[in-house]
Amino acid sequence: MPKDSGIGASSKRREDVRFLTGTGNYTDDINIYGQLHVHFLRADVAHAVLNGVDTSAAEGMPGVQRIFTGADFEAVGSIPCGWLITDRHGDPMQEPRHPVLAHGKIRHVGEPICAVVADTLAQARDAAEAIVLDYDALPAVIDMKDAIGADAPKVHDDLTGNLCYDWGFVEENRQAVDDAIKGAAHVTTLELVNNRLIANPMEPRVAVGEYNRADDFHTLHTTSQNPHVIRLLMGAFVLGIPEHKLRVVAPDVGGGFGTKIFHYQEEAFVTFAAKALNRPVKWTSTRSEAFMSDAHGRDHVTKIELALDAENNFVAVRTETYANMGAYLSTFASCTPTWLHGTLMAGNYKTPHIYVNVKAVFTNTVPVDAYRGAGRPEATFQLERVIDMAAHELGVDPIALRRQNFITEFPYATPVAVEYDTGDYHATMDKLIDIADFAGFDARRAESEAKGKLRGLGVNCYIEACGIAPSNLVGQLGARAGLYDAATVRVNATGSISVMVGAHSHGQGHETSFPQVISEMIGIPEDQIDIVHGDTSKIPFGMGTYGSRSLAVCGSAMVRAAEKVINKAKKIAAHLMEASEGDIELKDGRFSVAGTDKSVAWGDVTLAAYVPHNYPLTDIEPGLEETAFYDPANFTYPSGAYSCEVELDPETGHVKIERFCAADDFGNIINPMIVSGQVHGGIAQGIGQAMMEGCAYDSDGQLLSASYMDYAMPRAGDVPFYTVDHSCQTPCTHNPLGVKGCGEAGAIGSPPSLVNAVLDAINSGPGKKVAHINMPLTPSRVWAAMQ
Amino acid sequence: MYAFEIERPTTLDAAKAAIADGGQALSGGQTLIPTLKARLADPEKLVSLHNIPELKGISTDGDGRICIKGATVHRAVADGASGYPALASLAARIGDPAVRTRGTIGGSLANNDPSACYPAGVLASGAVIVTDRREIAADDYFLGMFDTALDEGEIIIEVKFPVPQVACYEKFIQPASRFPLVAVFVAKFADGVRVAITGASGEGVFRWTAAEEALSANFTPEALDGIAMDSSPMIADLHGDKAYRAHLCSVMAKRAVKNAK
Ligand SMILES: Cc1cc2nc3c(=O)[nH]c(=O)nc-3n(C[C@H](O)[C@H](O)[C@H](O)COP(=O)(O)OP(=O)(O)OC[C@H]3O[C@@H](n4cnc5c(N)ncnc54)[C@H](O)[C@@H]3O)c2cc1C
Repeated sequence: MPKDSGIGASSKRREDVRFLTGTGNYTDDINIYGQLHVHFLRADVAHAVLNGVDTSAAEGMPGVQRIFTGADFEAVGSIPCGWLITDRHGDPMQEPRHPVLAHGKIRHVGEPICAVVADTLAQARDAAEAIVLDYDALPAVIDMKDAIGADAPKVHDDLTGNLCYDWGFVEENRQAVDDAIKGAAHVTTLELVNNRLIANPMEPRVAVGEYNRADDFHTLHTTSQNPHVIRLLMGAFVLGIPEHKLRVVAPDVGGGFGTKIFHYQEEAFVTFAAKALNRPVKWTSTRSEAFMSDAHGRDHVTKIELALDAENNFVAVRTETYANMGAYLSTFASCTPTWLHGTLMAGNYKTPHIYVNVKAVFTNTVPVDAYRGAGRPEATFQLERVIDMAAHELGVDPIALRRQNFITEFPYATPVAVEYDTGDYHATMDKLIDIADFAGFDARRAESEAKGKLRGLGVNCYIEACGIAPSNLVGQLGARAGLYDAATVRVNATGSISVMVGAHSHGQGHETSFPQVISEMIGIPEDQIDIVHGDTSKIPFGMGTYGSRSLAVCGSAMVRAAEKVINKAKKIAAHLMEASEGDIELKDGRFSVAGTDKSVAWGDVTLAAYVPHNYPLTDIEPGLEETAFYDPANFTYPSGAYSCEVELDPETGHVKIERFCAADDFGNIINPMIVSGQVHGGIAQGIGQAMMEGCAYDSDGQLLSASYMDYAMPRAGDVPFYTVDHSCQTPCTHNPLGVKGCGEAGAIGSPPSLVNAVLDAINSGPGKKVAHINMPLTPSRVWAAMQ
Repeated sequence: MYAFEIERPTTLDAAKAAIADGGQALSGGQTLIPTLKARLADPEKLVSLHNIPELKGISTDGDGRICIKGATVHRAVADGASGYPALASLAARIGDPAVRTRGTIGGSLANNDPSACYPAGVLASGAVIVTDRREIAADDYFLGMFDTALDEGEIIIEVKFPVPQVACYEKFIQPASRFPLVAVFVAKFADGVRVAITGASGEGVFRWTAAEEALSANFTPEALDGIAMDSSPMIADLHGDKAYRAHLCSVMAKRAVKNAK
């Protein structure tokens, strides 16, 4: 029997009531009395010396309050990068200054140059058109390999070149890897592009700055996945505002996908300008601005070599990757292609020797940073593609080749510095074969062929590292923040509970799933429990939501805080029942004395805590509220096996996705429906990356895919009905819920099977054999590859 | 958007007067409004054609032609042009439900986007475009990308479509915009076959005369074997190069012949 509440129940998402009835409160819904509007004049050239900005004609235009330029921000800090990478030679990465408004130089199309603050948005836009920029265009550097060539123009004149860092991982393994590859029976080499993406959350970014002169207090309302991170970065590094004078609020947020983790110039600007003008200042990104100012994702160019011995055991993996940083280092740009990518290169396999080299490169493009999966999709894609390619070269079954090399014993320490605690890769593969009906594939292929179509089946495995992460470890690796999370469980007098959490929900359903955990622990109905998030003045200092960490890290903090509450409540109950604390049991919302029929209800105990008339005041404090901070002992390692079946029209190159199946191991599961939804959404984004989405620049640095006319997002009709299964469960061994995280799996796990399936379809036909096609596999690319 | 005035006349005469007075026609707004939002146009006055009953509706004239008034929305054509199923099917596949509920045939033809659907239907049908000043044959109307025979302020009142014996519109979508990457309208009349292609050429919609001749002699997909499309005038962009578009012209034309009803 499925449960109808608590852990394991598919409780309906309570937040959807407001989202689906138009009663959400998004940042753009926030309008403060007296607010002004800012319009940013953005660069339309990719690279130029900015000699000057003439705002004189614009200053006097109707409604204009003030026009800000880069000069106004000279005394203000640089937009910071949150992670210092140390390169192969022990040197720190090159870290350029990232100004709030361009000053002296323009470095990418879309970079803000001037900010016009006016009474209305239309007035601000009108005035921006009267600003005259004096600049000398420079040649742009767009291609990464060109950018690190000897004569390449420099994106940042004060750096030694466009190479941000040259990272080797694990540098000490390099010789052993080279030797293993030299001595291998077979080496498969694949060069590929992991395509650049634009996240496109449904809600564009918005920021509203507010300042109270009387108490010198700043408030920033912003579309963020992590309000405390923004308060830390903007307060400490950019504007110099102490924490107690700065509140950051991220109310309902309409999708983040990573691109709303980062601290952006517009947030710093509205906070700064609200004080300068003593008026609230609001900015709402247009969709066009979003395309050229939200951090982009992926954009790797990789060469991977997989070496096998004569028995087809993997003996070594060596990779060389160029990772695009764009023009500046966004908040987590430096760690995405390194620690979130290199550490995953073992995948599900017991390859003994692995070496990863990553060259991060500055170009005249929008900054690139984490996007759903962040580094792990890039790792999974190259590994799972090269394995498929090796299977074809060797004439062996791609599933058998994978199985032969699976890690089967846990814990398992990889040669790339992480230790997988649990997993069962054969179990998820067995499950996949079952749910995907591989047995019926040949018949389905024959049906397709009868219609003049080609049918292909693609499979892959994935492993990911979620729940970032032990703070002492990430500190050693260069993180400039801790990565714990925090929760406060506040029990009210009548027994209802508010839980203040550091995690931020922007689509994940925390408001539903987190109460399920508390409900399970205490035995009171879920509707007695509410989650409070997204406001630094209400919640403890947690690090927010990304990297599938909310439940594994913040959920663990919540469990710890709830345990403290329960322990205290037991003491109170013992007092009320005149029993010994050790005999008190809590079940279904009642405390009872073991072995007796004495009991008191949860609400009686919570009332006693706040109306402590009959209460052990000398031993314990009144009230019932506890906070816990939780710092994880390790990452969590969800894993799974995915398959995809496609039908290809050889005349046009059009691919129809007929089936997509996912067998995941997420450890224990709180709400199966929400987990399925997360997997569905992730796969949809994987389908977007593999089949449709491609950010493109021309050689001058103009963004060609600058609107939905040219940037293809998947729509309902582009994706199949999914079959997802998460019944294979090897619980995480080191967090109290045994949970692993499911938010990114779909996006990480799906692109290789899609590409593998299309190649299988092509190569099943009578025509030319094709070894690889770079994503996105648009009809024109597929057709061209077949000619 | 820049500030503008708007008039909402209820008669064609009032609309003509307002347009003669310097106004610009606003029909479904599915092209014009995004243009205004991006500040790519700055009209002083818009004249809405939305409330003019004379500009809406579908009828059949004495010559059996399907006549569609200029401000008739795509959805009405999809639902109402049952006398010309291929044309109704074309209208049913423009954009999405929101676009079809607002966008109009007159707006589409006045705009003449090189990737729009209606121009292919109009040209392949040999339709007549009736304006407030004259009648223009389809063959004389389309002058290139976003360019038509319309004069300044000239209003499309109606489009008259001769109904072919069989016809079909085959649309291969550009994955992002969902406009045609290449779409082919084939119409077979008693006196010959007309083939019009949109999406493919930088010059906008055009007739594929070599295919027309072959199909007039032998209306089968095989008749198109060996008839090569010249790729030089084709559009090359993120979504397909010239060779791909030229290839799709032939594939879509064959499918249109095969599926013509
Ligand atoms: C998301 C989206 C998807 C779309 N997909 C497609 C597609 O797949 N295929 C396709 O063909 N089109 C597509 N379109 C365009 C759509 O068909 C528009 O409706 C059409 O191009 C313009 O018609 P309208 O009535 O909206 O004209 P408007 O936008 O109101 O006007 C367009 C231009 O025509 C002029 N005009 C309007 N009416 C007249 C008239 N009666 N006489 C003279 N001039 C006039 C206006 O002054 C203006 O210059 C799409 C549009 C959108 C927004």
